[in-house]
Amino acid sequence: MKTLRAALAIAAKDLRIEWRTKTALLTSTVFAALVFLIFVFSRDTGTLSLRELAPSVLWVTLALAVLTALNRAFLLERENGALEAILLAPVSRSAIFWGKWLANLGFVLIIEGVAFPLWILFFAVELRPILLLVALLALLAAIGFTAVGTVFSAMTVRTRFAELLLPVMLLPFMIPPLFFASQGTVRLFEGRPVADAVQWLKLLTLYDIAFLVIATMLFPKVMDE
Amino acid sequence: MPDAESPVIVAKGLERRFGALVALCGVDLSVGAGELVLVVGPNGAGKSTLMRILAGLATPTKGRVRVGGMDLHADPEARGAIGFLSHQTLVYDDLTARENLRFAAALHGLDGVEARVQQALDAVGLSHRSDVRAGTFSRGMSQRLAIARATLHGPPVLLLDEPFTGLDSPGADALRQRLVVEREGGRVLVCVTHEPAEVWDIATRVVVLRGGRIALDAPRPADLAAFRATYASMLVT
Amino acid sequence: MIPDLQAAERTITRGRILTLFSLLLLAGIYVMAFKFTPPEAMQGLAFKILYVHAPSAWAAESAFVLVGVTGILYFWLKDPRLDIFAEASAEVGMVFGTVILTTGPIWGRTIWGAYWAWDPRLTFTLLLYLIFAGYFALRSAVRDPAERARFSAVLGIMGMLLVPFIHLTVFLFNSQHPTPVLMAPQKSPLPWVLLRPLLMSLVVFTLLYFGFVTTRYGIGLRRAALEGSDA
Repeated sequence: MKTLRAALAIAAKDLRIEWRTKTALLTSTVFAALVFLIFVFSRDTGTLSLRELAPSVLWVTLALAVLTALNRAFLLERENGALEAILLAPVSRSAIFWGKWLANLGFVLIIEGVAFPLWILFFAVELRPILLLVALLALLAAIGFTAVGTVFSAMTVRTRFAELLLPVMLLPFMIPPLFFASQGTVRLFEGRPVADAVQWLKLLTLYDIAFLVIATMLFPKVMDE
Repeated sequence: MPDAESPVIVAKGLERRFGALVALCGVDLSVGAGELVLVVGPNGAGKSTLMRILAGLATPTKGRVRVGGMDLHADPEARGAIGFLSHQTLVYDDLTARENLRFAAALHGLDGVEARVQQALDAVGLSHRSDVRAGTFSRGMSQRLAIARATLHGPPVLLLDEPFTGLDSPGADALRQRLVVEREGGRVLVCVTHEPAEVWDIATRVVVLRGGRIALDAPRPADLAAFRATYASMLVT
Repeated sequence: MIPDLQAAERTITRGRILTLFSLLLLAGIYVMAFKFTPPEAMQGLAFKILYVHAPSAWAAESAFVLVGVTGILYFWLKDPRLDIFAEASAEVGMVFGTVILTTGPIWGRTIWGAYWAWDPRLTFTLLLYLIFAGYFALRSAVRDPAERARFSAVLGIMGMLLVPFIHLTVFLFNSQHPTPVLMAPQKSPLPWVLLRPLLMSLVVFTLLYFGFVTTRYGIGLRRAALEGSDA
């Protein structure tokens, strides 16, 4: 299908360019590591153990890292007016959304892939099978964050205070998925049965579906002129 | 030869408002195969707005554009008939020339990508630099890559918005030569420029846009100097 | 299209009349609430702030949903006045939100000795408030009126979809950490004598909302008419 091919081409192009320069990737990953350090050094060492802090830290850090990663997608298109070439092509605007979203998702997953082991290391997290479920939560949260983030970054990239505006607009939208994901993680850490955590997985999935659908419908409006 | 009986691109009753500002009003334009229309006008006359609407990038407030019988703004497929060249290159600096063209081919859903890309690179004389980052190109080379990108999908209509910006003399000559080739191949060309001399000799028609309206639409006169005088007087009235 | 100045002025006048009328009704209700309604068993006099809180929350949330609905209408009808209305509704929503966020802590201090607790209504209002703030931040950053209308509509619609998730989040959060519930009445259904002023104030707050929005909408129309632009 033409739309799919175009979307995959856009995603592949984004990831190829990022791989070549690695700038945003390195910055976001280092950023995640630094946020971990801030948590470690700013806590009250007497009352808060690293283990207790671990679940919340993971989600705060991921949310912040996603914010830094999202600007990349449309900023890249501004050089030489490249986005116009995509808009000129007989490709639906939704294809642009899917391509950018896939690229953003891939990007965030790479960051999560690096941040996750660091988190395990820094916060003395026990290696247990439930970590796989936490990874699944991370994937689902990434889907939701990037769905909304792709639409918003397409808007903010054309404004004056993009770096400040995007977080202000996006963070309220990140609170529900953040809450669901972190509650799921806490349950898993407390040793509760997996079935408890599944409820949170379902809520995350519901959020993802709802916002992917609405984002696909609204994104073309952002591209209009 | 200009084919007035079956124009390829037809714009009717184009109007474009930005709030209270009227950028275009009552613009009708029909261009047929083998024509090269030169569009001139003072700053703010609406030239870029017109081009963007003809390219399908912007939507008119009123009016319609039909390309090859298809409504440009209603039917996304119709955009495949348009090639657009502006002063920006629309390419990615971090990709090679070849990769940029491959991407364009994927966007247009083209088959036989490798062969077409190679052919396009050969046609603009970039085959020797095809696997180097486009960011290293000179302005002239970048514009050649832009031409390759704009024509890769073989569009019958080529729209050019100030394409000579920043080109040196050899670069401008090369572009002109390419435009002649396209025109003689039966393409429709519409070129906006602030300096008519750039395409005067190869243009077949002149359109003057002023205050969002077409003030003149006639076959290209032989004498540029006389035209400049007419044009200057038009701007004063 | 350029809004007609006279129509704008008429709208403002109508809005002002409605607002004044609603405020008078409101005064009447509060007289009733203070003089003629007995104090609630557990919370005493401070309970009466419910008559401001609950309706304000209703108005703020409705204002928000209307921003989303006008966004959808804008994409369908493309009428720039819908954007002017959306902006008016968002501002009024923020006003009601401010009422909750200022009176809430005052009440909390009186009842529980704490200015803030993460109770459902305060938390929800705070999040709604932040979304409104994002809405205005976006509007202030976009210069072209048509682009601003489009972007605002997108954000409004997505915000509207977010509301149920926020309700869910706040509810689940609260059931994890039951807070001193500041604003709910006693567990059993309210007796009619306490409920009546609440219902009446809900109706009047709705009227007040429309009064404010109509006035503000009229002002927006007038500004557009004077500037000679769409928004």
